[in-house]
Amino acid sequence: MIAQYAADGIVLGATLALGAIGLTLTYNILRFANFAHGEFLTFGAYFALVFAALFAGGQTLGPLTFGWGFLEAVAAAVVLTGLLALVLDRLLFRALRRSDVTVTLVIASFGASLMLRNVVVFVWGSRPEYYSREIAVRSELLPGVFMSADEVFVIGLTALAMLALALFLSRTRLGRAMRAVSDDPALARVSGIDVQAVIRWTWLIGGGLAAVAGALFGLTVQISPEMGFNMILPMFAAAILGGVGSIQGAVLGGLVIGLAQALSVPLIGAAYKPAVAFALMFLILLFYPRGILGGRT
Amino acid sequence: MSDLGGLLSYGVFFLAQAAIFAVVCLGLNLQWGYTGLFNIGVSGFFLVGAYAFAILCGPEYPMRLGGFGLPFPVGLAGSVAAAALVAWVVGIPTLRLRGDYLAIVTIGIAATLQLVALNAQWLTGGSQGTGGIPRPLPEAADTVLGRNLLMLAVVAAVVVAVYAALEAVVRSPWGRVLKAIREDETAASSLGKNAFAFRLQAFAIGSAIMGAGGALHASFIGFVSPQDFQPVLTFQVWTMLVVGGSGNNRGAVLGALLMWAVWTLSGSLAQQLLPADLQVKGGAAQVVLIGLVLMAMLVLRPRGLIGEEAVVSREAEVGPARGAGR
Repeated sequence: MIAQYAADGIVLGATLALGAIGLTLTYNILRFANFAHGEFLTFGAYFALVFAALFAGGQTLGPLTFGWGFLEAVAAAVVLTGLLALVLDRLLFRALRRSDVTVTLVIASFGASLMLRNVVVFVWGSRPEYYSREIAVRSELLPGVFMSADEVFVIGLTALAMLALALFLSRTRLGRAMRAVSDDPALARVSGIDVQAVIRWTWLIGGGLAAVAGALFGLTVQISPEMGFNMILPMFAAAILGGVGSIQGAVLGGLVIGLAQALSVPLIGAAYKPAVAFALMFLILLFYPRGILGGRT
Repeated sequence: MSDLGGLLSYGVFFLAQAAIFAVVCLGLNLQWGYTGLFNIGVSGFFLVGAYAFAILCGPEYPMRLGGFGLPFPVGLAGSVAAAALVAWVVGIPTLRLRGDYLAIVTIGIAATLQLVALNAQWLTGGSQGTGGIPRPLPEAADTVLGRNLLMLAVVAAVVVAVYAALEAVVRSPWGRVLKAIREDETAASSLGKNAFAFRLQAFAIGSAIMGAGGALHASFIGFVSPQDFQPVLTFQVWTMLVVGGSGNNRGAVLGALLMWAVWTLSGSLAQQLLPADLQVKGGAAQVVLIGLVLMAMLVLRPRGLIGEEAVVSREAEVGPARGAGR
């Protein structure tokens, strides 16, 4: 039984980790906690829903409940959500960054989060949606561990996205520029790094990863206007647990939070499952605010 | 009842609700306006106050804590204490860290408290909510209008008392330290002020005021349920403060009245104009509208309608006004 809960936790943790990466990137490079990040997941999931309907038809891939059309839809959702993040930055956050009252960014992002959530309700309604009505059959992969092909796909795609991001940050010029801005913006600027371009790419990448996370959550659970908001707290917990600014930390934090939430169900029941992430975050802040892999607070 | 009477009783109902928001908004103003703390768990402290009042003053239900039937002032004091206690616990790990952490933890505590309200049947009555919460002086008036007028008087008295107390407090040496910490923590610390302790005090007092607002809400409506404490409540109070002018107690009260008017008017407009199947979308559009007001205010007029007064030391030579507040 425990093994089954752990497997569920890893699937949830993979989605949380993808979301937390974007959160930790924006936190570190733009230096504020973006509460609207959860809505990037929601929008990503709904964008993918729209495109999945457009690209519908065709064969499903092996044991999966979807075909190539869904993957194309996720790719389109990644681009659109990245653009949404850019637009939000251009209209709202950039103006606030320029003014001296920088702290209002957090309030603005909280307001933007509520607004975006209601835009989703306005456009798509408040009923939960699914990508496919097909039932994802779970088979016994390990003794006592049942997983569907979709869930294995979620873990695989997450691992792939993380690998690509790690290579991007360590091997490409832009990736190195992003790390430089994250370490010391002033020094990066005088070294001739185009900070504005780095900020733009941070939004694009953070939004894109959030879209993948949202689509994968929609694939294994469901799509609803509240989904991103319900995940913002576990994602923050993951980012803080791993150490704000650390990509590896966000991944590790996501997995730990996902596992903790899933494993708490047999202990305290499902009702308080969302509070587990909060309790963990609270304890980390109390005793170890730097996080596991973090450099600074 | 005549149209005029209807309008009057609606006006009283509206004002009582707006005044409850004004109390909560004043609490937030102490935290954000004067101390620079981002509490985005306003709904959580409001919830604690409301349920504490319901437990202390409400009727007895089987298998549930409560039924003490205590008088109104005791319930109010209990709500204030409960909200302050929660704030104190939340503040300890977070107020030493960067401001964003407080924002994250307060939104978390609000969500967690809502879960507790929804699931802790023995304490809150769960998703069914809890009713029969008494008004102050239940025998003093026998018409609906009379009872609402009495409630309005009580709420207005609380607004005046909180306003007067905060005005005195923020002009005291204690209040000046809060502003000093907000503007430059390093400088304030180098003068021997313990920034953490001052922040914790301001956070606890502000949250206690929000708890009082929750108690007034519970008593006025007579019924509370977990659905009353959604994040949108926090958003409304923030919009009120930002629009009215943070760092100014008159701004907080003005913002509460104004934005509550905008909220209720846009709500009844949407209700009248939209067919029944689009009501959900109307509610969503309402939040988007208020959100746009908040964003526009933050970008175009961050000081709000009234804004913080520039304070010059009595010792300083008073010249032509240079730079206001912040």
